[in-house]
Amino acid sequence: MAENPQKSDARPLSPHLTVYHWAPTMIVSITHRLTGVGLSVGMLALALWLVAISNGPSGYLAFYSYALTPFGLLVMFGFAWALAFHLLQGIRHLAWDLGYGFAKETARLTALLVVGLSFLIALGILALIWTGHAGYLS
Amino acid sequence: MKSLQTPLHKVEGLGSSHSGTEHFWYERLTSIALIPLTLWFGYVMLGLAGTNEVACISYLAHWWNALLMGAFVGIALYHIRLGLQVIIDDYVHTAGGKMALLLLVRFFVLATGSAAGFALLQISRL
Repeated sequence: MAENPQKSDARPLSPHLTVYHWAPTMIVSITHRLTGVGLSVGMLALALWLVAISNGPSGYLAFYSYALTPFGLLVMFGFAWALAFHLLQGIRHLAWDLGYGFAKETARLTALLVVGLSFLIALGILALIWTGHAGYLS
Repeated sequence: MKSLQTPLHKVEGLGSSHSGTEHFWYERLTSIALIPLTLWFGYVMLGLAGTNEVACISYLAHWWNALLMGAFVGIALYHIRLGLQVIIDDYVHTAGGKMALLLLVRFFVLATGSAAGFALLQISRL
């Protein structure tokens, strides 16, 4: 049986992820995945919300007794930010698919733009609710 | 030597991978569809924030809104299925663990989608 060449310590290793400085582009890349996983959980919450509404007033009240706790509100704010981030980064990805935005400085700038705008949108949503501009569909 | 490939298999040109760029393509297709749907979803969530179940029911009971919500949930779940599969393919290296997680994702998508769809139908009858 031949020995697994991957296990030999004498072989040189190619530089791995850990040798690089963290750059905005790297942070945005991994955050896109993390928000994607988080929003999968958010989809479960959305389905639960729809099921709660379909169960009439008692179901709705049960859902809101969890959703309107400080922890519930924090989670919902997190979903709002994650959705804004994933949407913006998704648009950045689609621009790449069309061949735009690959230059080093452009990629760095758009990465910072995605981070900044996602927080701006999330805080904007919070401000609209805070100032009583939400709930216009009642 | 005579090839054992069927003419159809040969013309598809996919070799032993059995599939081509569908995964990549549908990830893009769903993401494009989700841009307007997400903006609509944000408008609805903000519009229903702080209201009661009467407002939610009367909004979602309208067939046009129910259809859009159903499209958002359905297309987003398909996008979730594709996205989570990429993450599992990248980070899970044992065949058994990979198979189990991919099955779990598919069951999650089917269960969540059918629950949301049934709830929307139920709301339209309230």
